[in-house]
Amino acid sequence: MSRTQFPSTPLEAVAGIPDGATVLVGGFGLAGMPFALIDALIEHGARDLTIVSNNAGNGEVGLAALLRAGRARKVICSFPRQSDSFVFDELYRAGKIELDVVPQGNLAERMRAAGAGIGAFYCPTAVGTPLADGKESRVIDGRTYLLEYPIRGDFALIAASCADELGNLVYRRTARNFGPVMATAAGTVIAQVSDIVPAGSMDPEAVVTPGIYVDRVVRVASHSRLDEVAR
Amino acid sequence: MSTAGRRADADERYRNLTGQGPLTMDELARVVARDIPRGAYGNLGIGHPTRVAEHLRPEAGVVLHTENGMLGMGPLAVGDDVDPDLTNAGKLPVTELPGAAYFDHASSFAMMRGGHLDFCVLGAYQVSTDGDLANWHTGAGDDIPAVGGAMDLAIGARNVLVMMTLFTRSGAPKLVPRCTYPLTGVACVSRVYTDYAVFDISPGGGPRVRQTFGITPAELGQRLALPYTLR
Repeated sequence: MSRTQFPSTPLEAVAGIPDGATVLVGGFGLAGMPFALIDALIEHGARDLTIVSNNAGNGEVGLAALLRAGRARKVICSFPRQSDSFVFDELYRAGKIELDVVPQGNLAERMRAAGAGIGAFYCPTAVGTPLADGKESRVIDGRTYLLEYPIRGDFALIAASCADELGNLVYRRTARNFGPVMATAAGTVIAQVSDIVPAGSMDPEAVVTPGIYVDRVVRVASHSRLDEVAR
Repeated sequence: MSTAGRRADADERYRNLTGQGPLTMDELARVVARDIPRGAYGNLGIGHPTRVAEHLRPEAGVVLHTENGMLGMGPLAVGDDVDPDLTNAGKLPVTELPGAAYFDHASSFAMMRGGHLDFCVLGAYQVSTDGDLANWHTGAGDDIPAVGGAMDLAIGARNVLVMMTLFTRSGAPKLVPRCTYPLTGVACVSRVYTDYAVFDISPGGGPRVRQTFGITPAELGQRLALPYTLR
Protein backbone atom coordinates (compact mmCIF):
# COMPACT_ATOMS: atom_id res chain seq x y z
CA MET A 1 0.00 0.00 0.00
CA SER A 2 1.09 3.54 -0.70
CA ARG A 3 2.46 5.63 2.13
CA THR A 4 0.12 8.45 1.09
CA GLN A 5 -2.57 8.86 3.72
CA PHE A 6 -6.23 9.52 3.02
CA PRO A 7 -7.73 11.34 6.01
CA SER A 8 -11.50 11.61 5.90
CA THR A 9 -11.83 15.33 6.69
CA PRO A 10 -9.84 18.46 5.85
CA LEU A 11 -9.34 19.07 9.59
CA GLU A 12 -7.63 15.68 9.96
CA ALA A 13 -5.64 16.46 6.82
CA VAL A 14 -4.06 19.59 8.35
CA ALA A 15 -3.34 17.94 11.72
CA GLY A 16 0.10 18.66 13.13
CA ILE A 17 0.74 22.03 11.50
CA PRO A 18 2.48 23.86 14.36
CA ASP A 19 2.57 27.54 15.25
CA GLY A 20 5.34 29.31 13.34
CA ALA A 21 5.27 26.91 10.38
CA THR A 22 6.04 27.99 6.82
CA VAL A 23 3.08 26.93 4.68
CA LEU A 24 3.07 26.95 0.87
CA VAL A 25 -0.46 27.65 -0.36
CA GLY A 26 -1.34 26.84 -3.96
CA GLY A 27 -3.55 28.84 -6.28
CA PHE A 28 -3.38 31.84 -8.56
CA GLY A 29 -6.12 34.17 -7.41
CA LEU A 30 -8.96 31.75 -6.72
CA ALA A 31 -8.04 29.14 -9.37
CA GLY A 32 -6.38 26.19 -7.66
CA MET A 33 -6.76 27.65 -4.19
CA PRO A 34 -7.24 24.87 -1.60
CA PHE A 35 -10.25 26.45 0.10
CA ALA A 36 -11.23 23.44 2.23
CA LEU A 37 -7.68 23.02 3.58
CA ILE A 38 -7.37 26.73 4.37
CA ASP A 39 -10.72 26.71 6.18
CA ALA A 40 -9.49 23.65 8.10
CA LEU A 41 -6.23 25.43 8.94
CA ILE A 42 -8.23 28.32 10.38
CA GLU A 43 -10.24 25.87 12.50
CA HIS A 44 -7.05 23.99 13.45
CA GLY A 45 -5.77 27.24 14.91
CA ALA A 46 -2.04 27.35 14.11
CA ARG A 47 -0.68 30.90 14.49
CA ASP A 48 2.34 32.95 13.58
CA LEU A 49 2.50 31.31 10.15
CA THR A 50 4.65 32.33 7.19
CA ILE A 51 2.49 31.94 4.10
CA VAL A 52 4.05 31.49 0.66
CA SER A 53 1.56 32.01 -2.15
CA ASN A 54 1.28 33.99 -5.37
CA ASN A 55 -1.26 36.43 -3.93
CA ALA A 56 -2.21 37.63 -0.48
CA GLY A 57 -5.89 36.78 -0.61
CA ASN A 58 -8.87 37.80 -2.70
CA GLY A 59 -12.16 38.96 -1.24
CA GLU A 60 -13.07 37.39 2.10
CA VAL A 61 -12.51 33.72 1.37
CA GLY A 62 -9.54 31.32 1.38
CA LEU A 63 -6.23 33.00 2.11
CA ALA A 64 -7.98 36.29 2.86
CA ALA A 65 -10.00 34.56 5.61
CA LEU A 66 -6.80 33.08 7.10
CA LEU A 67 -5.18 36.52 7.16
CA ARG A 68 -8.29 38.13 8.64
CA ALA A 69 -8.20 35.53 11.41
CA GLY A 70 -4.75 36.91 12.28
CA ARG A 71 -2.89 33.65 11.76
CA ALA A 72 -0.12 34.87 9.46
CA ARG A 73 2.97 36.71 10.63
CA LYS A 74 4.43 37.08 7.17
CA VAL A 75 3.43 36.66 3.53
CA ILE A 76 5.94 35.81 0.79
CA CYS A 77 4.22 36.46 -2.54
CA SER A 78 4.56 38.12 -5.93
CA PHE A 79 1.37 40.12 -6.19
CA PRO A 80 -0.36 41.17 -2.96
CA ARG A 81 -2.09 44.31 -4.23
CA GLN A 82 -5.25 43.64 -6.20
CA SER A 83 -8.69 45.18 -6.55
CA ASP A 84 -10.05 42.74 -3.95
CA SER A 85 -7.08 42.33 -1.61
CA PHE A 86 -8.58 44.63 1.03
CA VAL A 87 -7.97 42.22 3.92
CA PHE A 88 -4.23 42.11 3.29
CA ASP A 89 -4.04 45.83 2.45
CA GLU A 90 -5.57 46.75 5.81
CA LEU A 91 -3.26 44.44 7.80
CA TYR A 92 -0.20 45.65 5.88
CA ARG A 93 -0.97 49.33 6.31
CA ALA A 94 -1.61 48.74 10.02
CA GLY A 95 1.83 47.12 10.28
CA LYS A 96 0.28 43.82 11.38
CA ILE A 97 1.81 41.66 8.68
CA GLU A 98 5.23 41.39 7.11
CA LEU A 99 5.58 41.27 3.31
CA ASP A 100 8.33 39.83 1.15
CA VAL A 101 7.66 40.56 -2.54
CA VAL A 102 9.29 38.05 -4.89
CA PRO A 103 9.02 38.14 -8.70
CA GLN A 104 6.55 35.46 -9.76
CA GLY A 105 9.02 33.37 -11.74
CA ASN A 106 11.55 33.50 -8.90
CA LEU A 107 8.87 32.43 -6.44
CA ALA A 108 8.19 29.35 -8.58
CA GLU A 109 11.85 28.61 -9.35
CA ARG A 110 12.99 29.05 -5.74
CA MET A 111 10.44 26.43 -4.70
CA ARG A 112 11.49 24.24 -7.63
CA ALA A 113 15.09 24.52 -6.39
CA ALA A 114 14.01 23.49 -2.89
CA GLY A 115 12.22 20.47 -4.29
CA ALA A 116 15.07 19.52 -6.61
CA GLY A 117 17.93 19.70 -4.13
CA ILE A 118 19.50 22.80 -5.65
CA GLY A 119 21.46 24.90 -3.13
CA ALA A 120 20.96 28.20 -4.97
CA PHE A 121 20.87 29.43 -8.55
CA TYR A 122 21.77 32.47 -10.65
CA CYS A 123 18.83 34.21 -12.29
CA PRO A 124 18.67 37.38 -14.44
CA THR A 125 15.26 38.50 -13.13
CA ALA A 126 15.28 41.80 -11.17
CA VAL A 127 18.86 42.81 -12.05
CA GLY A 128 19.13 46.61 -11.68
CA THR A 129 15.86 46.90 -9.74
CA PRO A 130 15.14 47.56 -6.05
CA LEU A 131 14.43 43.83 -5.61
CA ALA A 132 18.12 43.14 -6.31
CA ASP A 133 19.16 45.00 -3.15
CA GLY A 134 21.34 42.89 -0.90
CA LYS A 135 21.67 40.03 -3.38
CA GLU A 136 24.93 38.61 -4.62
CA SER A 137 25.43 39.08 -8.34
CA ARG A 138 27.70 37.49 -10.88
CA VAL A 139 28.44 38.11 -14.56
CA ILE A 140 28.24 34.93 -16.63
CA ASP A 141 28.98 35.15 -20.36
CA GLY A 142 28.53 38.91 -20.22
CA ARG A 143 25.13 38.87 -18.55
CA THR A 144 24.46 39.79 -14.91
CA TYR A 145 22.61 37.31 -12.69
CA LEU A 146 21.45 37.38 -9.06
CA LEU A 147 21.96 34.56 -6.60
CA GLU A 148 18.59 33.19 -5.49
CA TYR A 149 18.05 30.76 -2.63
CA PRO A 150 15.42 28.03 -2.35
CA ILE A 151 12.10 28.56 -0.59
CA ARG A 152 11.09 25.46 1.31
CA GLY A 153 7.84 24.91 3.16
CA ASP A 154 7.20 22.87 6.27
CA PHE A 155 3.79 22.12 4.77
CA ALA A 156 2.15 22.65 1.37
CA LEU A 157 -1.60 22.95 0.90
CA ILE A 158 -2.61 22.42 -2.71
CA ALA A 159 -5.73 21.63 -4.75
CA ALA A 160 -5.89 19.13 -7.61
CA SER A 161 -8.83 17.75 -9.52
CA CYS A 162 -8.20 14.04 -9.02
CA ALA A 163 -5.94 11.66 -7.08
CA ASP A 164 -5.51 7.92 -7.29
CA GLU A 165 -4.86 5.58 -4.37
CA LEU A 166 -1.11 6.15 -4.65
CA GLY A 167 -1.46 9.91 -4.40
CA ASN A 168 -0.78 10.60 -8.09
CA LEU A 169 -2.43 13.90 -9.00
CA VAL A 170 -3.93 15.51 -12.06
CA TYR A 171 -5.11 19.10 -12.23
CA ARG A 172 -7.65 21.06 -14.25
CA ARG A 173 -6.68 23.76 -16.72
CA THR A 174 -4.96 26.83 -15.21
CA ALA A 175 -5.83 25.64 -11.68
CA ARG A 176 -2.61 23.59 -12.00
CA ASN A 177 -0.45 26.72 -11.52
CA PHE A 178 1.69 26.37 -8.34
CA GLY A 179 0.42 22.90 -7.30
CA PRO A 180 3.06 20.73 -8.98
CA VAL A 181 6.04 22.83 -7.83
CA MET A 182 4.75 23.28 -4.26
CA ALA A 183 4.18 19.53 -4.06
CA THR A 184 7.95 19.04 -4.40
CA ALA A 185 9.02 21.76 -1.98
CA ALA A 186 7.50 20.99 1.44
CA GLY A 187 8.12 18.50 4.22
CA THR A 188 4.47 17.45 4.31
CA VAL A 189 2.30 17.90 1.22
CA ILE A 190 -1.46 17.94 1.67
CA ALA A 191 -3.77 17.90 -1.36
CA GLN A 192 -7.49 18.44 -1.57
CA VAL A 193 -9.11 16.79 -4.60
CA SER A 194 -12.59 16.44 -6.04
CA ASP A 195 -12.19 12.76 -6.74
CA ILE A 196 -10.13 9.75 -5.62
CA VAL A 197 -9.90 6.83 -8.07
CA PRO A 198 -8.43 3.32 -7.77
CA ALA A 199 -4.81 2.74 -8.76
CA GLY A 200 -4.68 1.85 -12.42
CA SER A 201 -7.63 3.97 -13.48
CA MET A 202 -5.56 7.11 -14.05
CA ASP A 203 -3.59 7.30 -17.31
CA PRO A 204 0.06 7.08 -16.18
CA GLU A 205 1.04 9.31 -19.11
CA ALA A 206 -1.26 12.03 -17.78
CA VAL A 207 -0.04 12.08 -14.15
CA VAL A 208 1.29 15.58 -13.38
CA THR A 209 2.38 15.14 -9.75
CA PRO A 210 3.62 11.62 -8.97
CA GLY A 211 2.41 10.29 -5.63
CA ILE A 212 5.93 10.17 -4.17
CA TYR A 213 5.53 13.88 -3.41
CA VAL A 214 2.08 13.65 -1.83
CA ASP A 215 1.66 12.80 1.87
CA ARG A 216 -2.05 13.33 2.50
CA VAL A 217 -5.07 13.49 0.19
CA VAL A 218 -8.56 14.50 1.22
CA ARG A 219 -11.62 14.50 -0.96
CA VAL A 220 -13.85 17.57 -0.81
CA ALA A 221 -17.03 18.54 -2.63
CA SER A 222 -16.20 19.64 -6.14
CA HIS A 223 -15.63 23.34 -6.56
CA SER A 224 -18.38 24.31 -4.14
CA ARG A 225 -16.56 27.41 -2.96
CA LEU A 226 -15.49 28.52 -6.41
CA ASP A 227 -19.02 28.17 -7.73
CA GLU A 228 -20.15 30.29 -4.84
CA VAL A 229 -17.54 32.93 -5.60
CA ALA A 230 -18.26 32.82 -9.33
CA ARG A 231 -21.91 33.61 -8.70
CA MET B 1 -12.45 39.60 -51.27
CA SER B 2 -9.03 38.08 -51.99
CA THR B 3 -6.38 37.95 -49.27
CA ALA B 4 -4.35 40.53 -51.15
CA GLY B 5 -7.45 42.71 -51.49
CA ARG B 6 -8.16 42.45 -47.77
CA ARG B 7 -4.59 43.35 -46.96
CA ALA B 8 -4.67 46.39 -49.28
CA ASP B 9 -7.90 47.43 -47.61
CA ALA B 10 -6.30 47.05 -44.18
CA ASP B 11 -3.25 49.02 -45.33
CA GLU B 12 -5.52 51.84 -46.47
CA ARG B 13 -7.29 51.96 -43.11
CA TYR B 14 -3.91 51.88 -41.39
CA ARG B 15 -2.62 54.85 -43.38
CA ASN B 16 -5.76 56.79 -42.54
CA LEU B 17 -5.23 55.98 -38.92
CA THR B 18 -1.68 57.27 -38.92
CA GLY B 19 -2.75 60.64 -40.33
CA GLN B 20 -4.65 61.43 -37.13
CA GLY B 21 -3.74 61.51 -33.54
CA PRO B 22 -3.46 60.96 -30.76
CA LEU B 23 -4.80 57.42 -31.03
CA THR B 24 -7.17 55.84 -28.58
CA MET B 25 -5.75 52.82 -26.74
CA ASP B 26 -7.98 50.62 -28.87
CA GLU B 27 -6.58 52.10 -32.10
CA LEU B 28 -3.11 51.69 -30.68
CA ALA B 29 -3.84 48.04 -29.86
CA ARG B 30 -4.61 47.56 -33.56
CA VAL B 31 -1.26 49.12 -34.52
CA VAL B 32 0.56 46.79 -32.11
CA ALA B 33 -1.36 43.72 -33.35
CA ARG B 34 -0.39 44.49 -36.94
CA ASP B 35 3.30 44.36 -36.09
CA ILE B 36 3.18 40.92 -34.43
CA PRO B 37 4.73 38.42 -36.89
CA ARG B 38 2.69 35.46 -38.07
CA GLY B 39 2.98 32.42 -35.85
CA ALA B 40 4.70 34.31 -33.02
CA TYR B 41 4.39 33.18 -29.38
CA GLY B 42 3.80 36.01 -26.96
CA ASN B 43 2.40 37.33 -23.73
CA LEU B 44 0.08 40.30 -23.26
CA GLY B 45 0.33 42.17 -19.96
CA ILE B 46 -2.61 43.16 -17.80
CA GLY B 47 -4.50 46.33 -18.77
CA HIS B 48 -4.27 48.01 -22.19
CA PRO B 49 -1.99 45.32 -23.72
CA THR B 50 -4.79 42.76 -23.26
CA ARG B 51 -6.69 44.60 -26.00
CA VAL B 52 -4.09 43.62 -28.58
CA ALA B 53 -5.67 40.14 -28.61
CA GLU B 54 -8.89 41.57 -30.03
CA HIS B 55 -7.01 42.78 -33.11
CA LEU B 56 -4.95 39.67 -33.86
CA ARG B 57 -6.36 37.99 -36.96
CA PRO B 58 -6.97 34.27 -36.45
CA GLU B 59 -5.13 33.46 -39.70
CA ALA B 60 -1.98 35.09 -38.29
CA GLY B 61 -1.67 32.10 -35.96
CA VAL B 62 -0.25 34.09 -33.04
CA VAL B 63 -0.19 31.88 -29.92
CA LEU B 64 -0.80 33.66 -26.62
CA HIS B 65 0.98 32.63 -23.43
CA THR B 66 -0.51 33.42 -20.05
CA GLU B 67 1.99 33.13 -17.21
CA ASN B 68 -0.39 31.31 -14.91
CA GLY B 69 0.24 28.30 -17.10
CA MET B 70 -1.20 28.13 -20.61
CA LEU B 71 -0.38 28.48 -24.28
CA GLY B 72 -3.21 28.91 -26.76
CA MET B 73 -5.30 31.26 -24.67
CA GLY B 74 -8.54 32.35 -26.36
CA PRO B 75 -10.80 35.37 -25.86
CA LEU B 76 -12.47 36.27 -22.55
CA ALA B 77 -15.14 33.75 -21.55
CA VAL B 78 -18.77 34.78 -21.24
CA GLY B 79 -21.90 32.99 -20.06
CA ASP B 80 -21.65 29.21 -19.93
CA ASP B 81 -18.00 29.29 -21.03
CA VAL B 82 -16.92 30.83 -17.71
CA ASP B 83 -14.82 28.26 -15.82
CA PRO B 84 -13.19 29.31 -12.52
CA ASP B 85 -10.31 26.92 -13.33
CA LEU B 86 -9.47 28.78 -16.55
CA THR B 87 -8.28 32.36 -16.11
CA ASN B 88 -5.72 34.74 -17.56
CA ALA B 89 -2.97 36.50 -15.61
CA GLY B 90 -5.45 39.21 -14.66
CA LYS B 91 -7.62 36.44 -13.11
CA LEU B 92 -10.39 37.03 -15.66
CA PRO B 93 -12.12 33.94 -17.09
CA VAL B 94 -10.83 33.08 -20.57
CA THR B 95 -11.29 30.33 -23.14
CA GLU B 96 -8.91 27.82 -24.68
CA LEU B 97 -8.21 27.56 -28.41
CA PRO B 98 -7.68 24.27 -30.26
CA GLY B 99 -4.11 23.15 -29.60
CA ALA B 100 -3.90 24.82 -26.20
CA ALA B 101 -1.46 23.44 -23.61
CA TYR B 102 -1.34 23.72 -19.80
CA PHE B 103 1.76 23.64 -17.61
CA ASP B 104 2.78 24.50 -14.08
CA HIS B 105 4.15 27.84 -12.93
CA ALA B 106 7.83 26.85 -12.84
CA SER B 107 7.59 25.63 -16.44
CA SER B 108 5.68 28.74 -17.47
CA PHE B 109 8.41 31.06 -16.22
CA ALA B 110 11.22 28.79 -17.43
CA MET B 111 9.64 29.11 -20.88
CA MET B 112 9.70 32.88 -20.50
CA ARG B 113 13.16 33.22 -18.94
CA GLY B 114 14.64 30.71 -21.36
CA GLY B 115 13.95 33.03 -24.29
CA HIS B 116 11.24 30.96 -25.91
CA LEU B 117 8.63 33.72 -26.08
CA ASP B 118 8.99 35.88 -29.18
CA PHE B 119 7.42 38.94 -27.60
CA CYS B 120 5.53 40.44 -24.73
CA VAL B 121 3.48 43.64 -24.62
CA LEU B 122 3.58 45.46 -21.30
CA GLY B 123 2.10 48.64 -19.91
CA ALA B 124 4.46 51.16 -18.28
CA TYR B 125 4.66 54.12 -15.93
CA GLN B 126 7.89 55.18 -17.64
CA VAL B 127 10.36 53.93 -20.25
CA SER B 128 13.82 55.46 -20.53
CA THR B 129 15.38 56.32 -23.87
CA ASP B 130 17.84 53.47 -23.21
CA GLY B 131 14.98 51.01 -22.81
CA ASP B 132 14.80 50.82 -19.01
CA LEU B 133 11.28 49.88 -17.92
CA ALA B 134 9.35 51.07 -14.85
CA ASN B 135 5.93 49.50 -14.50
CA TRP B 136 5.55 47.79 -11.13
CA HIS B 137 5.72 50.32 -8.34
CA THR B 138 5.21 54.06 -8.00
CA GLY B 139 7.66 54.12 -5.09
CA ALA B 140 5.15 56.09 -3.01
CA GLY B 141 5.30 55.30 0.69
CA ASP B 142 1.70 54.09 0.96
CA ASP B 143 1.82 52.04 -2.24
CA ILE B 144 1.90 48.30 -1.59
CA PRO B 145 4.56 46.85 -3.93
CA ALA B 146 3.28 44.11 -6.24
CA VAL B 147 5.52 42.83 -9.01
CA GLY B 148 3.84 39.67 -10.33
CA GLY B 149 5.54 38.44 -13.50
CA ALA B 150 6.62 41.86 -14.82
CA MET B 151 10.33 41.52 -13.98
CA ASP B 152 10.48 37.99 -15.40
CA LEU B 153 8.81 39.10 -18.63
CA ALA B 154 11.09 42.14 -18.91
CA ILE B 155 14.23 39.99 -19.00
CA GLY B 156 12.67 36.91 -20.56
CA ALA B 157 10.73 37.74 -23.70
CA ARG B 158 12.93 38.18 -26.77
CA ASN B 159 11.18 41.44 -27.72
CA VAL B 160 9.71 43.57 -24.98
CA LEU B 161 7.14 45.93 -26.46
CA VAL B 162 5.59 48.65 -24.35
CA MET B 163 2.14 50.08 -24.96
CA MET B 164 1.30 53.26 -23.06
CA THR B 165 0.08 56.83 -23.33
CA LEU B 166 3.05 59.09 -24.08
CA PHE B 167 2.10 61.61 -21.40
CA THR B 168 0.67 61.38 -17.89
CA ARG B 169 -2.68 63.03 -17.15
CA SER B 170 -0.77 66.09 -16.00
CA GLY B 171 1.19 66.19 -19.28
CA ALA B 172 4.55 64.84 -18.10
CA PRO B 173 6.38 62.67 -20.67
CA LYS B 174 6.56 58.95 -19.90
CA LEU B 175 9.42 58.39 -22.36
CA VAL B 176 12.23 59.94 -20.34
CA PRO B 177 16.04 60.19 -20.33
CA ARG B 178 16.07 58.40 -16.94
CA CYS B 179 13.22 56.68 -15.10
CA THR B 180 12.33 58.24 -11.77
CA TYR B 181 10.09 55.32 -10.75
CA PRO B 182 11.65 52.08 -9.45
CA LEU B 183 12.84 49.92 -12.35
CA THR B 184 11.33 46.65 -13.54
CA GLY B 185 14.18 45.86 -15.93
CA VAL B 186 17.28 47.49 -17.40
CA ALA B 187 17.69 48.19 -21.14
CA CYS B 188 15.04 45.60 -21.92
CA VAL B 189 12.47 47.49 -24.05
CA SER B 190 12.90 47.33 -27.82
CA ARG B 191 9.86 49.28 -28.97
CA VAL B 192 7.41 51.73 -27.40
CA TYR B 193 3.90 52.13 -28.81
CA THR B 194 2.21 55.32 -27.68
CA ASP B 195 -0.84 57.33 -28.66
CA TYR B 196 1.40 59.93 -30.40
CA ALA B 197 4.18 57.84 -31.90
CA VAL B 198 5.95 54.52 -32.09
CA PHE B 199 9.61 54.50 -31.05
CA ASP B 200 12.33 51.94 -31.67
CA ILE B 201 14.84 51.75 -28.84
CA SER B 202 18.37 50.51 -29.32
CA PRO B 203 21.05 50.47 -26.61
CA GLY B 204 22.97 53.73 -26.54
CA GLY B 205 21.40 54.96 -29.76
CA GLY B 206 18.47 56.90 -28.39
CA PRO B 207 14.92 56.39 -29.60
CA ARG B 208 14.15 56.39 -33.32
CA VAL B 209 10.70 57.55 -34.37
CA ARG B 210 9.12 54.79 -36.40
CA GLN B 211 5.71 56.29 -36.89
CA THR B 212 3.77 59.31 -35.66
CA PHE B 213 0.05 59.90 -35.18
CA GLY B 214 -0.97 63.47 -36.00
CA ILE B 215 2.24 65.09 -34.72
CA THR B 216 5.60 65.88 -36.37
CA PRO B 217 8.88 64.51 -35.00
CA ALA B 218 9.95 68.10 -34.27
CA GLU B 219 6.82 68.74 -32.16
CA LEU B 220 7.35 65.40 -30.45
CA GLY B 221 10.93 66.35 -29.59
CA GLN B 222 9.74 69.61 -28.05
CA ARG B 223 7.01 68.02 -25.97
CA LEU B 224 9.34 65.28 -24.75
CA ALA B 225 12.05 67.84 -23.95
CA LEU B 226 14.77 65.41 -24.97
CA PRO B 227 18.32 66.79 -25.08
CA TYR B 228 18.79 65.80 -28.73
CA THR B 229 16.94 65.74 -32.02
CA LEU B 230 14.60 62.82 -32.60
CA ARG B 231 15.34 60.78 -35.70
